[in-house]
Amino acid sequence: MSIKLGVPSKGRLMEQTFEWFAARGVGLRRTGSDREYAGAVEGAAGVELVLLSAGEIPRELAAGRIHLGVTGSDLVRDKLADWSTQVAELALMGFGHADLIIAVPACWSDVDTLEDLDAAAHAFRAAHGHRLRIATKYHRLVREFLTREGVADYQLVDSQGATEGTVKNLTAEAIADITSSGETLRANHLKILSDGLIHQSQATLFAARHADWADERATFEAFARQLGVSADF
Amino acid sequence: MAGKAQARGVGARILAAFQAAGAVEIAPDILQPAEALLDLYGEDIRARAYVTADPIRGELMLRPDFTVPVVQEHMANGAEPARYCYLGEVFRKQDHRGAARVAEYMQAGYEVFDRVDPEAADAEVFALIHAALQGLGLTATIGDIGILQAAVAGLDTIPARKVALMRHIWRPQRFHKLLERYAGMVPVPESRRALLDGVRADAPWIGLRDPAEMEARIARLRLDAAAAAIPAADVARLDALFALRCAAPEAPAALRALDLPALDPAVARLERRLAALDARGIDLTTLRFDASHGRTTMEYYDGFVFAFTAADPALPPVASGGRYDALTRVLGGGREIPAVGGVIRPGLLADLEGA
Repeated sequence: MSIKLGVPSKGRLMEQTFEWFAARGVGLRRTGSDREYAGAVEGAAGVELVLLSAGEIPRELAAGRIHLGVTGSDLVRDKLADWSTQVAELALMGFGHADLIIAVPACWSDVDTLEDLDAAAHAFRAAHGHRLRIATKYHRLVREFLTREGVADYQLVDSQGATEGTVKNLTAEAIADITSSGETLRANHLKILSDGLIHQSQATLFAARHADWADERATFEAFARQLGVSADF
Repeated sequence: MAGKAQARGVGARILAAFQAAGAVEIAPDILQPAEALLDLYGEDIRARAYVTADPIRGELMLRPDFTVPVVQEHMANGAEPARYCYLGEVFRKQDHRGAARVAEYMQAGYEVFDRVDPEAADAEVFALIHAALQGLGLTATIGDIGILQAAVAGLDTIPARKVALMRHIWRPQRFHKLLERYAGMVPVPESRRALLDGVRADAPWIGLRDPAEMEARIARLRLDAAAAAIPAADVARLDALFALRCAAPEAPAALRALDLPALDPAVARLERRLAALDARGIDLTTLRFDASHGRTTMEYYDGFVFAFTAADPALPPVASGGRYDALTRVLGGGREIPAVGGVIRPGLLADLEGA
């Protein structure tokens, strides 16, 4: 038996995750060809590396098929109901920073706050016969935020990519998406609402509460000590 | 937890009582056209309803609620007055974990469409449901959204502010933020000040919203900026109204003591309703009045609201209901009729009776 550690399988997120573990004396690397998602762990006994798409890691954690996983805090909060009952945050890893925000056309001079968005949505619905559409892939986070803030007369439309283009293409009036520098937003003539920050995401090491830990406690405690994270969850 | 067969048995007993009271059983389809429901409720229901697609009928929803199909059926075919009852499953996705959160459960309901005496109809629905829940030690809470609407309508301010507040009665957080803004208790955001000074964005126009819609809103904001602040004393009276909780017999006097003359007709309706409940043998001293009851539930209730709750705070209400006159107007295609109804969850009732 061993602890299964799920890590993003490619890109900058994978590299930075490898660096984070390397700085704590744990060597993670991909093995085999560039196209093969197999990995190896050096410097920590009883830990097995599983390379996965970052978007699948929340689900694998919730199902308990991996014990530990690295992914964005935004993905865990969006994909898992009552996320904190299913996974525990062991470490904020300090990279992969991105803000989930609400953005509207920059030409809307009268809309700068959620109060403005709500009022504009009310008038929009009366004028156009349908609710103001907000394109996003973060349905749970956006809906919970807008409900908490008391915004009405909107509807979410699903957008899994190129979300910034939906307003110009007339498939949405506003968007809720991840941004790090805001450059793509500006290039698409969008602006962020001044109180439209929904979640500040970063790469996070999670533990699966419902994984089978029965034979892994000792291994996990040693691994947590090595990483300098709490073993209590 | 009670099984489905037990819940169905309890439901059949309730349905028989509703039929004995003169209601006609109605059996709306489980698969409902999604459009009307989504247009009415928006994201609140989209998040919770099971939506599916049919090659001929388009987007469909597993029935999340009976009220809308019952109103639709009545507005299409019903003679007046009408009393309906029903028993069947509703389906709601649960976004939180926990034993009491089930995605599929029975509802037994009773709905009255009657123009003659709304307060008597309120009491009729409440008393029937009250009778079905005897001996279980439930807490009954009543409220009246109409009283809150009357308080907003009676504010001494411009109509646009009243419309905005009226729209957010069911979203307390936004309501109170707007009220503070209109009372001048929070500063005007810098962006709004600049906008009214004539500052405009230097960006190409994109999207479906028309520049004329923006200009119309800026004109409304100018009117708003020119309007006098709502006096702090009026805000305090509204806050006191929203916070009012007392035994039902004390509610009319407590409401009058708030010194909001605009409430008088609504308080008179409350008194007639209490008298009608008393005439049906309800012990008014056992009812709690909560002025804010119904503010965080379905948006379609616009008058009398009620709920019966068990001692365990983790359990949803065993029964709930209210008046929804405006909903009949929305779904009626130009016609409307005063309507009130309520539902019992037979599964919860079976649990309590078995406990």
